[in-house]
Amino acid sequence: MKARARDAASGEALSGALFVAPYLLVFLVLLVYPLVSGIWLSLHKADLFGGSQYIGFENYVRLFKDDVFRKAVWNTCYFVLLTVPALTVIGLALALALNNGTRRSAVLRGLFFSSSVLSVTIVTLIWRMVLVPDGGLIADLLASLHLPSVPFLSDARLAMPAVALTTIWWCIGLPMMLFLAALQQVPKDLYEAAALDNAGWWRTLLRVTLPSIRRTALVVVVIEIILQFQLFGQAQIMTLGGPNNASLPIVLFIYQIGFQRWDIGYAAAASEILFCIILAAAMTQYLASRGRS
Amino acid sequence: MSGLALRNVSKRFGDTPVLDDVSLEIGADELLVVLGPSGCGKSTLLRAIAGLETIDEGQILIDGVRVDRLAPGKRGVAMVFQSYALYPHMSVRENMAFGLINIGTARAEIDRRIAQAAKMLEMEHLLGRRPSELSGGQRQRVAIGRAIVKEPKVFMFDEPLSNLDAALRSRTRQEIAGLHRRIRTAMIFVTHDQTEAMSLADRIVVMNQRRIEQIGTPLEIYASPATEFVATFVGSPAMNILPVAQATADGAFLRVALGDGTQLETSLPASAIKDGALRLGLRPEAVRLCAPGAGDTNATVEFVEFLGDKTHVHLALSRGDRVVALAAAPCTARPGDETGLVLDAAAGHLFGSDGRNLKAAPA
Repeated sequence: MKARARDAASGEALSGALFVAPYLLVFLVLLVYPLVSGIWLSLHKADLFGGSQYIGFENYVRLFKDDVFRKAVWNTCYFVLLTVPALTVIGLALALALNNGTRRSAVLRGLFFSSSVLSVTIVTLIWRMVLVPDGGLIADLLASLHLPSVPFLSDARLAMPAVALTTIWWCIGLPMMLFLAALQQVPKDLYEAAALDNAGWWRTLLRVTLPSIRRTALVVVVIEIILQFQLFGQAQIMTLGGPNNASLPIVLFIYQIGFQRWDIGYAAAASEILFCIILAAAMTQYLASRGRS
Repeated sequence: MSGLALRNVSKRFGDTPVLDDVSLEIGADELLVVLGPSGCGKSTLLRAIAGLETIDEGQILIDGVRVDRLAPGKRGVAMVFQSYALYPHMSVRENMAFGLINIGTARAEIDRRIAQAAKMLEMEHLLGRRPSELSGGQRQRVAIGRAIVKEPKVFMFDEPLSNLDAALRSRTRQEIAGLHRRIRTAMIFVTHDQTEAMSLADRIVVMNQRRIEQIGTPLEIYASPATEFVATFVGSPAMNILPVAQATADGAFLRVALGDGTQLETSLPASAIKDGALRLGLRPEAVRLCAPGAGDTNATVEFVEFLGDKTHVHLALSRGDRVVALAAAPCTARPGDETGLVLDAAAGHLFGSDGRNLKAAPA
């Protein structure tokens, strides 16, 4: 009896493993192998078109001494701080405002989400037309008020906020949709109970709505942290990281090192650091929220 | 007046009317049950009183003060929802305190009311738990407790027992009746379950198709249904309805002939005769089995329901009309048996073509 039960259990385990195998294979080949390969590459002095030489952690030591890299790390963190809270708060505000069945809300939901389907090239072209000091939309508006134009993209203090503004406009659709989906899951009865409990709009938001959608809020924050740490296209097209590296993010730094200076081992080391930063930021947020709930 | 009054309340969703000229009054310590089938407007009525739905016409008054323009929280009502609607992220204590905190009640008073309600509902040990850690019956108690602590002028229950199993439903019914005896506040209880209505109510409001069919005590509703709808909706099994082929007024009382020629004398005076098709309503207890040929008519047994203390015998009359008789248990009738029937028409009801009971006062 025992032997038969053991055979059945092992047969079940085998068939289970076969079901998992296709995904596991793709996961290993497309995710685990590149990750390990990247870590291995970061331990080499490697040229994109030439040979490589094992140098241990020397690339990492160089990175920590590299002012440009340190500037890129700071820029990226600054960019994340500018965008993630704004995307979360604005996404939630839009979702709250548009969470009803009216035709107007349906049109506005589509409108706010429509920017998300545009490519980064289109988005940045649009915002360049808005931001450039010569004939840009904002410059024209300021001119009509007899005010001087503002060089958003060539001012070291304004370049990153300009890139962040563009990004918020581009990416607001996803958080809004996630919050809308979450709001529609909150039972209507709870709002009716809150109305009978004399809770006003603000108190209902704080004590009923937000606690009910806190898991979605966590998902939005974690997703946006991961996405916004990977800032590349907007900075590449709008500012090229300038002026004076004021808007240089880590990914653009990696691109410039790997594909313009061909120092692929050094770029791989910077990539691993970015990976660790994203992992730490997302996990911190995740663990902090779990702890609170 | 104290208590709740509805005056000519109407409500439409777009072009669809959902409440049609509803008027009723509830005493300050009365338990009123609103009974009706799904879609009759009973839940909308409750929600209109609570302020969760606006009304298009009419007035709602609580203790003589018009409240139909006030926000739900300002009306002095509390509601127990069908789904309980407890705040899932708050403890039981926080759920009960939330409404009181919102109106600025002092902390000591909140604690006193919660302690009192928790003791009354025997749920002191649940105060620190979240709703997800409670059983259905416990959640139900918390929902009632949340209503009690507000000390409202009107309690409202929207089918609160429908999510409970049969045993718990019966126990909770008794608890609600006991609660009403203790706190003596106006209560409105909405249900489609006639057992709940009959066992709980001081008075029952029977609703059908957006209108009130009848308001009365449980006994009045059962013994003197105002309409054929009330007669067939209240009572299990439902009242037997038989078409009347002819009605004659040749004696002191109205006589009716059924389709198969059976002649029956009713308790209605001959003067009550009315034009149009009539229908005779007989409760199952007004239909008795006897030997074939010994009663008013004969019938064939179709189906026998043995229920322990009594038996329902389903029968077909010769013209195809069907009736249910209440027989004592044990009953020897078997499907296919021919049997005689005594039809106690004097205990029955006659309904006119407008569905109204000829025994009832004119509407």
